Amino acid sequence: MTPLDSPAIKKNMSISLIMFTVTLALIPALIAQIGFFGLQILGNLIIGISFALILEAVCLKLRHYPIKPFLKDGSAFLTAWLLIISIPSSTPIWVMLVGLFFSIVISKHAYGGIGSNPFNPAMIGYAVLLISFPKIMTNWPSAEYFDFNNFLNFSQLFSMFVSIDILDGIVSATPLDKIKTALFLGEPINNSFSIFDQFNAYQIMSIFYLIGGLYLMIKKIITWHLPVSLIFSIFVFSFILNQINPDVFMPSLFHLMNGATFLAAFFIITDPVSGPTTLNGKIIFGVMVGLITVIIRNFGGYPDGIAFAVIFMNIFVPLIEKFTQPKVFGYE
Amino acid sequence: MNITDKIFKFFGGIKPEGYKQISTRNPIKRLPLPKELIIPIRQHVGKMPNIIVKIGDRVLKGQVLAEPVANMSAATHASTSGYIKEIKPMNIPHPSGLPDQCIVLEADGKDEWISLKKIDIKNISLSDLLEKLKHSGVVGLGGATFPSHIKLNANSIETLIVNAAECEPYITCDDMAMQEMPQDFVDGINLIMHILNIPKTIIGIEDNKPKAISKLNSVLGSSKNIQLKIIPTVYPSGDEKRLIYLMLGLKIPKEKRPTEFGIQVFNVATLISIARFINYGEPVISRVVTVTGALNQPNNYQALIGTPIQQLIKDAGGDPRQEIIMGGPMMGFKLPHTDVGVTKAMNCLLAVTDEMKSKASSEMPCIRCTKCVEVCPAQLQPQELYWYAKSKQFEKLTDDYKLFDCIECGCCSYVCPSNIPLVQYYRYAKSEIREQTKSFEIADIARDRNEFRLFRLEREKKERAERNAQRRAQVSDEDKKKLIEEKKAAIDAAIKRVKENEE
Repeated sequence: MTPLDSPAIKKNMSISLIMFTVTLALIPALIAQIGFFGLQILGNLIIGISFALILEAVCLKLRHYPIKPFLKDGSAFLTAWLLIISIPSSTPIWVMLVGLFFSIVISKHAYGGIGSNPFNPAMIGYAVLLISFPKIMTNWPSAEYFDFNNFLNFSQLFSMFVSIDILDGIVSATPLDKIKTALFLGEPINNSFSIFDQFNAYQIMSIFYLIGGLYLMIKKIITWHLPVSLIFSIFVFSFILNQINPDVFMPSLFHLMNGATFLAAFFIITDPVSGPTTLNGKIIFGVMVGLITVIIRNFGGYPDGIAFAVIFMNIFVPLIEKFTQPKVFGYE
Repeated sequence: MNITDKIFKFFGGIKPEGYKQISTRNPIKRLPLPKELIIPIRQHVGKMPNIIVKIGDRVLKGQVLAEPVANMSAATHASTSGYIKEIKPMNIPHPSGLPDQCIVLEADGKDEWISLKKIDIKNISLSDLLEKLKHSGVVGLGGATFPSHIKLNANSIETLIVNAAECEPYITCDDMAMQEMPQDFVDGINLIMHILNIPKTIIGIEDNKPKAISKLNSVLGSSKNIQLKIIPTVYPSGDEKRLIYLMLGLKIPKEKRPTEFGIQVFNVATLISIARFINYGEPVISRVVTVTGALNQPNNYQALIGTPIQQLIKDAGGDPRQEIIMGGPMMGFKLPHTDVGVTKAMNCLLAVTDEMKSKASSEMPCIRCTKCVEVCPAQLQPQELYWYAKSKQFEKLTDDYKLFDCIECGCCSYVCPSNIPLVQYYRYAKSEIREQTKSFEIADIARDRNEFRLFRLEREKKERAERNAQRRAQVSDEDKKKLIEEKKAAIDAAIKRVKENEE
């Protein structure tokens, strides 16, 4: 094919640019995360992304693909970023690397590389870690308030090399965790926890994910369909449960502001490769991920279920697309 | 049909940078008479017309060089007076790069017209008018070059839609023609309305042509039958089906024609040429061509058909080695040869810019981002079409994803972040499917024939067997004995003969 086949002009848009814009939208939440949890997360990103890029390059080499253009596309970079910010920053380095290996090598390259993976790579890595290391994955460092000193405490930067035992004393459960524990113990949740007296790190970060997500919508990187349907779905289903029994089920606002709701709505389920392509399909996908998340959070064994919900719904993508094909111009 | 002021915005489309202003600074220019004109005989969709001149003949400006041979055909005329120098296959501006029959006309510099007769539109029958139009060389000058007399052989047309959108970037020939020949343009509309007895006309024009719009407003005055609809500048609003939707809110599927819905669509330049023919008797011997792109002085030219394009490019400050696209940057094609003459289809010559050359970057895998879906004006699923075209699952393409509804506008390729030349994949799949259908048809015919032959042989065998059985049945036992005796006698005689010979 000659380079000048029509059209001769081209919009300035590339996969790299999309991935870059998404990364940009993740920066505010990262700053909040550092403010609450310390510079550790930045160190994790530097080490983890470097490792992910090396894995990517090795896989490309083994699969006889040109390395430079594919490394430049930024997909491995973004996958690594999403996985690393989803796991506690106190995670031991080797655990993080295992997760990255599953994200990049198993869930992406083993299935044919970028564009061919049926499952969301970051969520595969996350699910593997959550199932294999449940204790590590649910123990976040305690974060009571946003502390500017965190940005200057460079000793934290590479504390992932420090043994987990030393850190053990300073970790605490997330709000979703506390609820889960309370439910297991059969305590009424309102006694053990109130959402409004603790406007905590997770809720602040949720707001920053929302801001980043709106930026992506303004930039037309994503459409409203997936985020709105997921948020709406979590809101509605948790509202129904809360109406049925407020002693056992937390209100909607709690579910929206905690866990990975906004991160997933704008950055996870919007992964184009593993998600549906049709507009109605996107709505179905978002609603179903929301429903499954609410079920896992309230009835399942894990505090947050978004990763499982996303992977579960990835299986249904071809089916959803089959039944949501829009009508062609003139055939309505 | 209900006519409203409403604009019905179609789904999809893109808004590329227009670059229109670079070729609209100066009025339409005319080159001095070229020494030689290269006139392709066939410049329309349809049958090759029949050449009626010989080498050495002197012809006048506007004289017929080749006559239409069928209804789906059109005449070709001499663009100036002079001598027929050569008649031979030469390079033509066509994507295939294959030569076609051309006439080389050596201008004598007198530019002497044939005697022109205007047509008295009030006192002519429709069939006579259509016959005259067939010999006028008027074809769709928007680029499709469909013979206009066929489009005028329609009845019960309720709405004439004028395509003045000119949505492709860079092209400004219709814009300039409306600015400089608004009266001919409106005359053309009125003539069509008169000929086909159409009560209502809507002109669809993009809002990036304010000068043409104000000119038209002043010429149209308070005309009630002709409505000007100013549409937002979105590519491809000039696509026929998209324009009809913009104007009337009516979606016409691929396999239907606008005439089935009482609509006929004409392009600006075509209407002007119809008006020039009917009002002045002038056949199509020239057209407005936008010469633009990476040139020092882009301009519009009223160019004689057959003018060597290098003269236009040189006048616009270009270099003969430059790569030239015929048409716009979205749907135009790179000319395989630039030693060709201007044709009726040539609305724009676009010198390739550095930006266009640099767009060639490596193709990445599809990430299913559906940017292409968001811009597809045919509301197709370009990412699925790409997938199935690449994996050659042609039945999926035709049955499930309506590949043939693709208008090849290029919006999907324009936005694709993976740099996939999507339109090329679709063109490839379409031609493969057409080939396959053709070979299937041939195979079907061959199979039918073979099956019939086998059937015939079987039938003949059966008939023969029946005939034999019948004959055997007719022979009685006595006759049989007699027959056997006769045979025995014959054998004995033969043995005897052999023995005698041996002795």
